Amino acid sequence: MIELRDALVTAWTPDPAGGPDTVTRLLGPVSLTLTERRVAIVGANGSGKSTLARLLNGLVVPSAGSVTVDGLDTRTDGPAVRRHVGFVFTDPDAQIVMPTPLEDVALSLRRAVRDPAERVARAREALARVGLAERAELPVHALSGGQRQLLALTSVLATEPAVLVCDEPTTLLDLRWRTVVDDLLAGLPQRVVVVTHDLDAALRADRVLVVDDGQVVHDGEPLEAVRAYRHLMTRLVPGARR
Amino acid sequence: MTASRRRAAVPAPLRPTWRGPLGLYQPGRSWLHRASAGAELVGLAVASLVVVAVRGGTPGLVVALVALVGAAACHVAARLSWHRTRRGLLPTAVVAVLLGAYQTWARGWPTGVETATDLVALVLLANVVTATSRADDLLDAFQRAARPLRHVGLAPETVALACSLMLRSVPVLLDAAGQSRDAARARGLDRSPRALVVPAAVRMVGHARATGEALAARGLGEG
Repeated sequence: MIELRDALVTAWTPDPAGGPDTVTRLLGPVSLTLTERRVAIVGANGSGKSTLARLLNGLVVPSAGSVTVDGLDTRTDGPAVRRHVGFVFTDPDAQIVMPTPLEDVALSLRRAVRDPAERVARAREALARVGLAERAELPVHALSGGQRQLLALTSVLATEPAVLVCDEPTTLLDLRWRTVVDDLLAGLPQRVVVVTHDLDAALRADRVLVVDDGQVVHDGEPLEAVRAYRHLMTRLVPGARR
Repeated sequence: MTASRRRAAVPAPLRPTWRGPLGLYQPGRSWLHRASAGAELVGLAVASLVVVAVRGGTPGLVVALVALVGAAACHVAARLSWHRTRRGLLPTAVVAVLLGAYQTWARGWPTGVETATDLVALVLLANVVTATSRADDLLDAFQRAARPLRHVGLAPETVALACSLMLRSVPVLLDAAGQSRDAARARGLDRSPRALVVPAAVRMVGHARATGEALAARGLGEG
């Protein structure tokens, strides 16, 4: 169970006039309990949805309030939370840290598998499961954007997280790779929280959160939430058809 | 259709295709591939020490040439791609020529040749080590070497990860510089060093932050 209690995220903002930095509220206070297997978060750019996602993995720690994942507090049990909750970034290049797919997946397995030969074998198996076996030892830059996102996902899944948080995992992908990644996410046994602009993907979730101006403004069934989100967007665009 | 006709139908690219950074692991079954990463790193360290320690006059020149021939022999023995190495070594060769020319002017030709040869030989040898050892194996070797640091409060895993990421950062730096150069060209700022250096530096800092987040997100490097 993921639980946010009055979680508030703030940041220091420089004063353009050269005065002292001021504190800006980025998100919250948010109180939520997430128990569903598939949760989608939608919202405009800059609305705070990525900040909300990062709270769940402990990449962002709340300035006030608390976030717990299966009993682990992100403030006090940060490393344990990050081992428990995998995180997939929008841009796979920001996530892949080794020169070849095999080495990148093996890096994820270092903590769990001590024997190097077994580590390599398991990395190969993981890559084979997503159809990247033949590209295991190619330079990462030789992969397409979709293959890189698959690799980023595989590297995170290799750590066997109980929860997977994905921050717009298909935003940079074409329709074919979006389908591949969506299907992969749909078939995972883990609980998945996805930040997305893809409303079709949001409709397939069990629960959808709509974030606007740092607040969860709608929380509920996908169909109703997506309708609320569309309505919100038309309000934000001047002259848009209602 | 003959091969020459096929070549005529598909024009070759004006610039050679980038085949990856120098030192990228190249799978193989040579004895160097089978050798442990630790042994290769020790060999590289010993060769570097000898090349640096024996300097000046005929002995320095002989050691430099032996190192170069030895590095080339290791390259052949590992059956690595000369094409990739040649392209990757080009920037090093340019620096070696400039350095050698300066040393020749300042201290005579034997020193100039020795300096340039030392540089190329050691980079070539380092390339053989990284091209025949997986990053994972290098990480293990670094981790073993860093074990004594545990006594001064440093986690060997973190030190090893930092060393490994340092190796990985060299091609990323080149990539960032290439992207900045292309962006400057697109805006007609080909000759502006500022348009190249500032965005490249910003990209590298951004990459460093993203890498830190990516490692934290995978629960790595946090002890």
